[in-house]
Amino acid sequence: MFFQSAFARERAYQFTVGTLLCLAIGVPLSNLLLPQESSFALSSYSVSLLGKYLCYALLALALDLVWGYAGLLSLGHGAFFALGGYAMGMYLMRQIGSRGVYGDPELPDFMVFLDWQELPWYWLGFDHFSFALLMALLVPGALALLFGWLAFRSRVTGVYFSIMTQAMTFALMLAFFRNEMGFGGNNGLTDFKDILGFDMQSDAVRCGLFVATALLLLASYMGCRWMLATRFGSVVLALRDAESRVRFLGYSVASYKLVVFVVSAMLAGLAGALYVPQVGIINPGEFQPLNSIEIAIWVAVGGRGTLHGAMLGAVIIAAAETMLTARLPELWLFALGALFLLVTLLLPQGVAGLLGGRRSD
Amino acid sequence: MGGGAVTESIDTRHGVILYLEDVSVSFSGYKALNKLSLAVDDGELRCLIGPNGAGKTTLMDVITGKSRPDEGSVFLGQDINLLQHDEATIARLGVGRKFQKPSVFPRQSVRDNLALAVQGHRSPWEALWYRPSSADSDRVASLLETVGLNAVAHQLAGGLSHGQKQWLEIGMLLAQEPLLLLIDEPVAGMTQQETERTAELLQSLVPQRSVVVVEHDMVFVRSIARKVTVLHEGAVLMEGSIDEVQSDSRVREVYLGEAC
Ligand SMILES: Nc1ncnc2c1ncn2[C@@H]1O[C@H](COP(=O)(O)OP(=O)(O)OP(=O)(O)O)[C@@H](O)[C@H]1O
Ligand SMILES: [Mg+2]
Repeated sequence: MFFQSAFARERAYQFTVGTLLCLAIGVPLSNLLLPQESSFALSSYSVSLLGKYLCYALLALALDLVWGYAGLLSLGHGAFFALGGYAMGMYLMRQIGSRGVYGDPELPDFMVFLDWQELPWYWLGFDHFSFALLMALLVPGALALLFGWLAFRSRVTGVYFSIMTQAMTFALMLAFFRNEMGFGGNNGLTDFKDILGFDMQSDAVRCGLFVATALLLLASYMGCRWMLATRFGSVVLALRDAESRVRFLGYSVASYKLVVFVVSAMLAGLAGALYVPQVGIINPGEFQPLNSIEIAIWVAVGGRGTLHGAMLGAVIIAAAETMLTARLPELWLFALGALFLLVTLLLPQGVAGLLGGRRSD
Repeated sequence: MGGGAVTESIDTRHGVILYLEDVSVSFSGYKALNKLSLAVDDGELRCLIGPNGAGKTTLMDVITGKSRPDEGSVFLGQDINLLQHDEATIARLGVGRKFQKPSVFPRQSVRDNLALAVQGHRSPWEALWYRPSSADSDRVASLLETVGLNAVAHQLAGGLSHGQKQWLEIGMLLAQEPLLLLIDEPVAGMTQQETERTAELLQSLVPQRSVVVVEHDMVFVRSIARKVTVLHEGAVLMEGSIDEVQSDSRVREVYLGEAC
């Protein structure tokens, strides 16, 4: 077994915080201030692409919290991400107002198309940004609470837990594909126009979204780190290794797992809410089981059990995917599989283990 | 919550801390415990012996809430029905347990292992805002002293020797301030010297606390036991002093039968 030394951890922490701050400042500056011809200037497209990577990093962070620390391999985090995305997408749909194809002042196009007369109750409130953001956290959190309560109370662990989470995201995918659900069926939600009254295509909004993503990722990272450094974190770490010892010390293992799972689901929801305005669409495809498996691969490649490693893994793989799918799209899944195999076999600590390098024991 | 005081909610006015009656546990038809009855006095140091598979560990599982018996009753003190509680609650009620296979937290330091066990602050919310008080730190320091792991306090528990892990787990048990300690095979893997120190330690716990020790090492049993209970095929075969037990023909038969 390898262990990361406190020193290496501290260095990784400073490096991660520094990088995120630099990105939050440097990316908008280079997009907004530098002339487009400059080789350091980032196009608006690149800004959104980087923003998307950071959303993935936040999602990986969320999964690492439950998998890397609490030892629960959730293969349903794509569902929490998508739910957060839908909550934000609903707000963005409401922002379209009467500018839709059918010009209905109240109803989104797909509802007009379905001949609906009025907005379903569960769309109420989504014309407020803060309500939508709150729902992007609370809906995934509530689902995780219910699901986790059922699972942890009856001590479902290991591979059974993973399979149940896959089933959860699959069921949600089927549900969201249905037009009658009122979330746009298989087209999902798209053709967004404004966010908070500003044009989403403008450079300033894209930069603003990027900065928000970078700072929220930073805050989430620091929050997770703080949480793991408390006695709460020690208990979580302990229960991954010796669950019954924790239980016989008088800790309620199920409540600890539940708290971690809910917090993690909320972070995934936040990631989804930040993702949708930057890519401009959310559809039921985000619920597909494969997406959730891919998140686990990011974490494994980056280094399970190291927060910065998980984030790094997501960015590396997402960037590789962008490059490879542009040229050889049919090869991507094979490349991903090969990468996963290589890392599991050769780098049990992932990329973070390679970088951290030092073993304390 | 918090503080270092021993839990005070167990009613032992009648002098009994643990009482089992007609407890049966079966695993797919096989009776691991068969109408077992047992009473442990408050402040007693009891040894539990018996051949492999006699049901000693299963008995501890039942007391600590890990296994549910098919029938029978298990009481802590006069009025706490242990069958109504889960493992964590039973632990908080004041029953501590050391596993047969030492179980510590390998990726945390020896000190952190003990700190996690220190009494109180069990809910997630309390744990999140917990700051070790100076009393808690002193407690950890004195436990490190007691179990002789001062020199390795900062090492990861995963790297300890088998005997040291046993000690650490005993230390964690003490940190919980339990009133009743159930200790499954504490000296396996210990050197002669370590075994002697364990014997001293266990003896120092009574009569403030009550201790039930399962052990195969008869020299060790002889060095600590006042009263010995022999388990065989899931029931109590006999109870008495170590000399009575060792000269009993049924006990011999059981152990000899096992040896061939
Ligand atoms: N979870 C279980 N499932 C099936 N059988 C079990 C289980 N736990 C214990 N047993 C069986 O019950 C019997 C009693 O086991 P137990 O572990 O209590 O014995 P023991 O007295 O502690 O033995 P040892 O000295 O080897 O530790 C054994 O035959 C064992 O195989
Ligand atoms: Mg046993």
